[in-house]
Amino acid sequence: MHFHGEGPVARAVDGIDFQIHRRQTVCIVGESGCGKTVTALAVMGLLPMPPARIAGGRILFDGRSLLDLPADQWRTLRGRRIAMVFQEPMTSLNPVFTIGDQIRETILAHEALKEAQARLRTISLLNDVGIEDPERRASDYPHQLSGGQRQRAMIAMALACGPDLIIADEPTTALDVTVQAQILHLLQRLQADKQMAIQYITHDLSVVSAIADRIYVMYAGVMVEQGNPGQIFQQARHPYTRALLDALPTKEKRGQRLATIPGTVPHPAYKPSGCPFHPRCGFREPACERDFPQMCDYGDGHGARCPVIQRMGGFP
Amino acid sequence: MTADTRNSALDAATGLPPARTPWEETWRLLRKNRLAFSGLLIFVIFFLVAVAGILLTAGSRPVLDPAQVRLQEKLLPPLSLPNHEVLPPEALPPLGRYLLGTDDLGRDVFARMLQGAWVSLTVGFVAVGIAVIIGIILGGLAGYYGDQELEVGHLLVWTTGVIAAFLLLTNRPAGAAAAAAASAVIWIVMRRERSLYEGPPSRRRWFTRGLVSVDTLIMRAVDVMLCFPSFFLILTVVALLPASLYNIMVVIGLTSWMGTTRFVRAEFLSLREQDFVAAARALGIGDMRIIFRHIMPNAMAPVLVSATLGIATAILTEAGLSFLGFGVPPPHATWGNILSDGKQFIFDAPWLTFAPGIVILIVVLAFNLFGEGLRDIMNPKLRERN
Repeated sequence: MHFHGEGPVARAVDGIDFQIHRRQTVCIVGESGCGKTVTALAVMGLLPMPPARIAGGRILFDGRSLLDLPADQWRTLRGRRIAMVFQEPMTSLNPVFTIGDQIRETILAHEALKEAQARLRTISLLNDVGIEDPERRASDYPHQLSGGQRQRAMIAMALACGPDLIIADEPTTALDVTVQAQILHLLQRLQADKQMAIQYITHDLSVVSAIADRIYVMYAGVMVEQGNPGQIFQQARHPYTRALLDALPTKEKRGQRLATIPGTVPHPAYKPSGCPFHPRCGFREPACERDFPQMCDYGDGHGARCPVIQRMGGFP
Repeated sequence: MTADTRNSALDAATGLPPARTPWEETWRLLRKNRLAFSGLLIFVIFFLVAVAGILLTAGSRPVLDPAQVRLQEKLLPPLSLPNHEVLPPEALPPLGRYLLGTDDLGRDVFARMLQGAWVSLTVGFVAVGIAVIIGIILGGLAGYYGDQELEVGHLLVWTTGVIAAFLLLTNRPAGAAAAAAASAVIWIVMRRERSLYEGPPSRRRWFTRGLVSVDTLIMRAVDVMLCFPSFFLILTVVALLPASLYNIMVVIGLTSWMGTTRFVRAEFLSLREQDFVAAARALGIGDMRIIFRHIMPNAMAPVLVSATLGIATAILTEAGLSFLGFGVPPPHATWGNILSDGKQFIFDAPWLTFAPGIVILIVVLAFNLFGEGLRDIMNPKLRERN
């Protein structure tokens, strides 16, 4: 995914590769600005097309290449088979329509149903996402709901046509911790009920540990490590993953200062040569500035783009 | 079985509160908003009066004759009684009094107001309606698709298309077919070119190269239109067209859409970046539906305000045109020309200015109240909870 604008080309996402299977929850983790949301928007076909350009690669959904689909076919796929839950429930609902109207609109946009049938489905969806008194809530406007309720309404909208894949872009970031836990449980319950796949985008590792079946760690538009939660949390093999984990507060680190990662994510137009993480890495070698690291395989689906750690046989 | 009965059967079966259609809901809220409802009521009354005015003042022997000249009775104040001794019985006002006085020719101002009501109201509303529709469409396009570059080929497709339409309208079907075919060929070539060629924009073939963005095209057209002193623009156009009320409405409408376009575009620029637009797109809702159903209600507030003021302006513009002899021909009264004729006598006979002035004020105020109520109804945050 490249962004052509004034000045140099910004390679926002470059060289990522992931799969999501049915009923699986896949987490994409990384700092702000490392390309998580751009990846999600690319899958949805929602990138503004200039300035964005998909310079190469494929996006396969159910065996079909999305990038080769005509625009109108891609649009019918959106909402019906792939749906998205956005980060900010405060602004992602249209303030001038009731939530019932908005859910119903999604249903009617994709299925030839009668008004009344769509209305029943709307109410059962609101019921599914745990909104109390759904008959009455359906005729409420977004500003009359709390943040958690709005996010539930957003999830109900995403579920409206029974999608196979839900892309959740930091859906709990704007909510407080207790509501966050409720929303996570809700997503897991719905996933089990409806046999969906979830692509969950977050920077919050505690959320990841709670829900992920598989984790991809992104840095500066590159997939730096992948594996299941056990592999990532216990046997991280990339310095960036390790640094993220070190930055988490734990019981053992009580009273100590939290570790930080020096520096910031590089601007996508000015990425360093070689390994994108080398300027901030504590394990860098001269070769890191020159060669783009290959994915080193640790077996059982676990891989990390860091030959240095592989040679060292793990972190000291 | 109608949809309604089916709905209510369903309601009964599910125990849900009865569903309201958006129109029923709007009507219910309008009834609750007292100011807006009285605005609407005044409005309806004025239209009824205007229709009654046509019936009462038209024909060879109208009930109220707005053209009856009584030179002995000129410039009488409102509610004065006619002089039975000097007037022939057929020239007496049928109501027994001059309700709004008489003008400098002794004509009954009340009858003239009635005669002018329909013209003035329709000029005001049709002209503003045309302006608002053009403004909403162009402003919406400029705001939503502003970044899109129009390519050389697009312009070719459009020009040949317009030529085809023109030839068809002037009854030359062969030429029209040829131009339409050319338009279609260029379009197909452009599509092929786009699908075959992937690369940086600067290395595209000449006819797929970006020329000007949609935003630039529309907003510079707005600037050009605003550069003309609009009254003279209207005068020029009206001078070229046969004098008729419809031409005047259309011309006033076509020369006053620029403000609305700017308002709508400005609102769209901020609204299209909102998350709910992205969310609607993510749910597979089409562009036109997003523009007109999701963004437009959020952008209506400034449009309604400018439309209310536009109505008064349009009524007065018509008066100006009538005054210069381009509008409705003189013996026929309109509120505008009663007002502008009365200006000469403002110290001797202020009712000649005040009667139409106050009526225009009331119409504009009523529309303004109604418009404001409508805005509150469309924006639930401004609505009181009920």
